Amino acid sequence: MAPVCNFPFISIVLSMMSGIISSVLPGKWARRLTMVLLCVVIVLSGGVLAFTMQTGDSFTFAMGKFTAPWGNELRGGSLEAVLAVFFALVMLLSLIGGKQHIDTEVAESRTSLYFIMCDLMLASLLALIYTNDLFTAYVFVEINTIAACGLIMVRQIGRTYVAAARYMVMSLLGSGLFLIGLSMLYGLTGHLLMEPAQSAIVLLRGSGHYIEPLVVTVALITAGLGIKSGLYPFHSWMPETYGYSTAASSAILSGLVSKGYIILLIKIYYRVFGEKTIMYGKISNILFVFGLLGMVLGSLSAMRENDIRRMIAFSSVAQIGYIYMGLGLGTRAGVVASLFHVLCHAVAKALLFTSATGLSDVSGGYKRFYHLRGAGFRNPVAGIGFSVGALSMVGLPMFGGFISKLLFSRAAINDPNKMLPALVILAISTLLNTVYFLRTVITIYTPVHEHDQHRAFRDNPGYGIAMTFFIVLTIALGTLSQPLVDALTIGLGLFD
Amino acid sequence: MKPRSDYEGSHADKFYRWLHGEYDPFVGKLELREEQPENPPATDGQSINREAMLRMVDDWAHNREIRAFRVLYKIASVFMCIAMMVVLLITVANLPPFGAATNPAHNEVMVRYLEKGIDETGAVNAVTGMILNYRAFDTFGETCVLFIASCCVMILLMAEEGHSSDGRLETRFEPKDDPILYRIALFLGPIVFLFGIYIILNGHLSPGGGFSGGAMIGAGLILFCNALGLEQTRRFFNEHIYKVVKVGSLVLYGITMSYYFFTGGNGLQNIIPLGTPGHLISSGMILPINIFVGLEVACTMYSFFSLFRQGSL
Repeated sequence: MAPVCNFPFISIVLSMMSGIISSVLPGKWARRLTMVLLCVVIVLSGGVLAFTMQTGDSFTFAMGKFTAPWGNELRGGSLEAVLAVFFALVMLLSLIGGKQHIDTEVAESRTSLYFIMCDLMLASLLALIYTNDLFTAYVFVEINTIAACGLIMVRQIGRTYVAAARYMVMSLLGSGLFLIGLSMLYGLTGHLLMEPAQSAIVLLRGSGHYIEPLVVTVALITAGLGIKSGLYPFHSWMPETYGYSTAASSAILSGLVSKGYIILLIKIYYRVFGEKTIMYGKISNILFVFGLLGMVLGSLSAMRENDIRRMIAFSSVAQIGYIYMGLGLGTRAGVVASLFHVLCHAVAKALLFTSATGLSDVSGGYKRFYHLRGAGFRNPVAGIGFSVGALSMVGLPMFGGFISKLLFSRAAINDPNKMLPALVILAISTLLNTVYFLRTVITIYTPVHEHDQHRAFRDNPGYGIAMTFFIVLTIALGTLSQPLVDALTIGLGLFD
Repeated sequence: MKPRSDYEGSHADKFYRWLHGEYDPFVGKLELREEQPENPPATDGQSINREAMLRMVDDWAHNREIRAFRVLYKIASVFMCIAMMVVLLITVANLPPFGAATNPAHNEVMVRYLEKGIDETGAVNAVTGMILNYRAFDTFGETCVLFIASCCVMILLMAEEGHSSDGRLETRFEPKDDPILYRIALFLGPIVFLFGIYIILNGHLSPGGGFSGGAMIGAGLILFCNALGLEQTRRFFNEHIYKVVKVGSLVLYGITMSYYFFTGGNGLQNIIPLGTPGHLISSGMILPINIFVGLEVACTMYSFFSLFRQGSL
């Protein structure tokens, strides 16, 4: 076996060990450890990406001496590697960009705890990406949930406690449904590893037994992960959660955490149930409808918002709707579009949250639009960053969002029944996005007379570097997307 | 062409002047107010007014919309629960019957766990062999769940240094000279600890293991803390020892697991001997891992208790 095959296991165990060691380190050193860890994970995942693109195949890694149906297993392919690289990169940039706020908003005694949460969040995201085992996925979903609660309430104000409690309730409901679904699936197949479970399901479908429980299982798993990732009717925890936690937490939560569950759902669909079962259960049609609803209603809620962070949070509801709409198309092209949008949204949303805090920093800490007038002049980096993120979300050519919208519409055209609703809603949603994002961009570039000088932009090199990288990434996603789309397509093809 | 007087005051004129910055449509029509500071310093009269106002705004009992919403909410939630119950009960009724030999779950996985488990893992207790050897990664993750849960409780409840120095939080729940509790704790405590240690050490031989034994030791610590008071408990279990034990056991656990995963995944020889099944020192890495898990669980249990009790260890 090539040494590269060890890299997924090494990156997961390293993240867990860093989290454990961070609990005895002072806050400063815990932060440095996390930064080093993220860089190492990016390099290792890059290695996996290069290796899998070169061989054009995926590999499995047995966690222990027992192979497939008996022991835990990890699996690496080009899709997993791309996601791991992007997730680690977005987390690194969010932490660099939000450093100043972590210093001021997180009590000194809790800084190292904050970075424990970050390390274990990274471990759980990597495990959700790489795992080939359903129960491992559940264990790391638990870690993910608890770490997310920690990331929210580490900024200790009343709002975040409420947000964390609400997130906890919704998220545990999702975990519960997911666990019930997994238990039923185990009862039906007798396997927890993905490949043996899939062959058992193929046998079941052939024999015609237990079809109803199988459909209920698919529904429970979908509902559980849908609630956890904030699919439209279950999004009520999102605005509070993303609106009031510290900047880096908002960026990590909206950019990465909800995406981890979507990746897991795609994995379970394609590697456990198989495309045919999904189509048989008509689950994709339901996801399609909920996705469309989310695209419009999330944007409408965002238009009514008056607070920039909450507006971005509601925009996440719409973007999650896009992703589920792509899944709901039920074709490979639709899923590739969804996966690309996962990457694109992760980068753009983290950019938007980081720049929004930069803008409100120079506006006396207020987040209302009234106070943000002219903020783009007071903090030029954040202004440019916000504009780029907004244009990407709107879907202007040259930015990442354009490519994902192009992929979505191309995928929709192949489906005679879903083409019309998908394209019409895509257009409406784009229009609504334009209205509320460009309104914000115009607001931050409306000149006001400077009457107090203390609002001047504080020089902060880390923030500038993070914003520059975010902007470059967004533009790179829009201009150099083809290799990435190819890698995603190949990786998805290897899921069979 | 219109005369000059008609033009002045028309929309076109206003627009022209607005372009040149001479005219502002909002001047005189829009009132700009300074933002009022929230929560003005309350005198007594004002606070009463404010309370009355809040009561009026949040007049939950007489607000018709809220009342309608509550009724609707109750009906909808009852309906949802019944619907979920019916669906799940029907599904469970259609699942493979419990314990039947033809069930899909009776496959090669179970057969190997039960038949070859003792030879391959060295553990007489099949469950321990499963969770700590065949599916060791899940259990490592599960231990990390405990670790991160205790960290989260720390974020939420740990008292700042300044607050705990006055000692109010720490003395509030101190035992009040209860001779019965004191005597019984002195008598029971060591037994509880011994039994916990026994369960951990025999995890691979008999029912039990790190999780259950650790919970027992944690319960013993909690009993001691309640009977003897914080001062006495801190003599043998304080924050320093907590950190050393917890981090030490988790790091050793992680290193053992990494070694096992690395050798297993790459097909290398694992040098940890399995020993003779049935002996106390046997089953390779399972015994040390049970000890690590037990220590971690005991620390987590006690830290939950003491963080909720006084906000420090």
